Amino acid sequence: MDVTDLSLGELKAALDSGKVSAVEATQAALNKIERNKNLNNYVTVCGTEALAAAFLADEKRAKGENGALLGVPIAVKDNISTEGIRTTCASKFLKDYVPPYDATVVKKLKDAGAVIVGKTNMDEFAMGSTDETSAFGAVHSAVDAERVPGGSSGGSANTVAAGEVPCALGSDTGGSIRQPASYCGVVGLKPTYSAVSRYGLIAFASSLDQIGTFTRTCDDAYALYRVICGKDKADATSSDIKNITQELNGDVRGKTIGIADEFTKNLDGGVGKRFNAAVDALKAQGAKIKSVSIKSFDTALAVYYVISSAEAASNLSRYDGVKYGARAEGYKDIAELYTKSRTEFFGDEVKRRIMIGNYVLSSGYYDAYYLKASRIRTLIAREYNAALCGCDALICPTAPTVAPKIGAQTDPALTYLSDIYTVPVNITGLPAVSVPFGTSDGLPVGVQIIGKAFDEAGILGIGKALEIAAGGNGNA
Amino acid sequence: MKRSVDAEEVARLAKLSRLEFDGKQAEDMRGHLSKMLDYFDALDSVDVSDVPPTAHILSAVNVLREDVVEPSTSNAELLKNAPESRDGAYVVPRVVE
Repeated sequence: MDVTDLSLGELKAALDSGKVSAVEATQAALNKIERNKNLNNYVTVCGTEALAAAFLADEKRAKGENGALLGVPIAVKDNISTEGIRTTCASKFLKDYVPPYDATVVKKLKDAGAVIVGKTNMDEFAMGSTDETSAFGAVHSAVDAERVPGGSSGGSANTVAAGEVPCALGSDTGGSIRQPASYCGVVGLKPTYSAVSRYGLIAFASSLDQIGTFTRTCDDAYALYRVICGKDKADATSSDIKNITQELNGDVRGKTIGIADEFTKNLDGGVGKRFNAAVDALKAQGAKIKSVSIKSFDTALAVYYVISSAEAASNLSRYDGVKYGARAEGYKDIAELYTKSRTEFFGDEVKRRIMIGNYVLSSGYYDAYYLKASRIRTLIAREYNAALCGCDALICPTAPTVAPKIGAQTDPALTYLSDIYTVPVNITGLPAVSVPFGTSDGLPVGVQIIGKAFDEAGILGIGKALEIAAGGNGNA
Repeated sequence: MKRSVDAEEVARLAKLSRLEFDGKQAEDMRGHLSKMLDYFDALDSVDVSDVPPTAHILSAVNVLREDVVEPSTSNAELLKNAPESRDGAYVVPRVVE
């Protein structure tokens, strides 16, 4: 048995039955990470800390104690604060930043006994869809090293896809968990906005950001979600989660799944085929398919880039070379200190977002762009919620294409199109999961299931039904 | 609303953003901003004059708690990440004469 082949659920069972120790599982993960170094999945690997935590986990288990993730190796995206372990957001600005505290999700992982093996590579400040904007270099897909793993949580998706760890945390502002999950062939869950505390998640766009999970199965996603969700007094926007179930229900008989006409136009041939196969599979298992409409769908990308850039411009004003992070040299006064530090240490994509954000917020344009986008946001949310009124969930592709080659897209504005199916979900705050459903030309294709607020169990149950179907024809 | 961005606008935004762009970078940024504004034309296709704006998706009201002092990160701990500090404070160039 190669311990790194095990899913989270399988590994937990093997640990509980004593077939494998936490130290063995952690060492196996670290060895594989070292072997795959060229994939560039990690900004920081914390081998020493991980082995110490694994040793402690084995001691606890020997004493008869247990925890939901006791001894399970996990990776954490490098924009989630870890006490004593540098957290860079893949930016030169935070290259040496060591948080003095743990994010709430990290604290919850540790309390559950998880072993954090490292901090994963990402697009700088989570701004990007390919992982190419990292100041630490691009990530190479575990499926095809010439291709991107997607982004911005590319390192987290890829380390799970490469079989280095059974699970990882990422963050999703406009698709940054679901799109790389789709490109890498793993399960990526973006929970309902507020279901998981954002305390310690370095902010990009606060009204859209959400921490979520990467795993190999839907059951694993739910297991990890159960550990990290819930009310946190350090995040006033977090919610109490009441409807936790123990087991996912993968039976879709009698369930109604909506497809908006707007979802299926302009669909790439290979992705379209896999999407139709997924719909057929759900029908074959007894689900009813219903046609719905999201008329505002075509405006979502514009709404997203106005709102997320505006929030980013505001959030990133804190990087000034004074309180933490890097400081440039050769300044005459404080204004020059700010400008030189920001110019030297922010990457190009981050600068683009800040500039567009300040444009839509500036006097004279605020009403036409930011306010108008905020009004359309209401409309988009109303339409998704109305569509979900008559359905258990909506289904669409996760991304319009499979993973592109590294360096293939030179126009950043065109790269944004890869998030067309994922951004509306952040705008509405609803939960969604990307589940792998076979391949097109050998590259993974994901299907996105969008649910009602706080119905993570419902969408993962439908995802489980797709997993069962994919077991038969997934790689057709 | 068809709009394009000129060099002067890029300079104005750069100043607001505390960023600097040299000639080629400024021109690239001008092109990118113009393209984004083309994207944003999609906003014109909907009439939302009587739809209220959403700033935050939760219908959250103020979250209150008792005003009790709790332990927090120490001054010394926080200053460890500062590029320059002295006597428990951040150091910046002189701002008042």
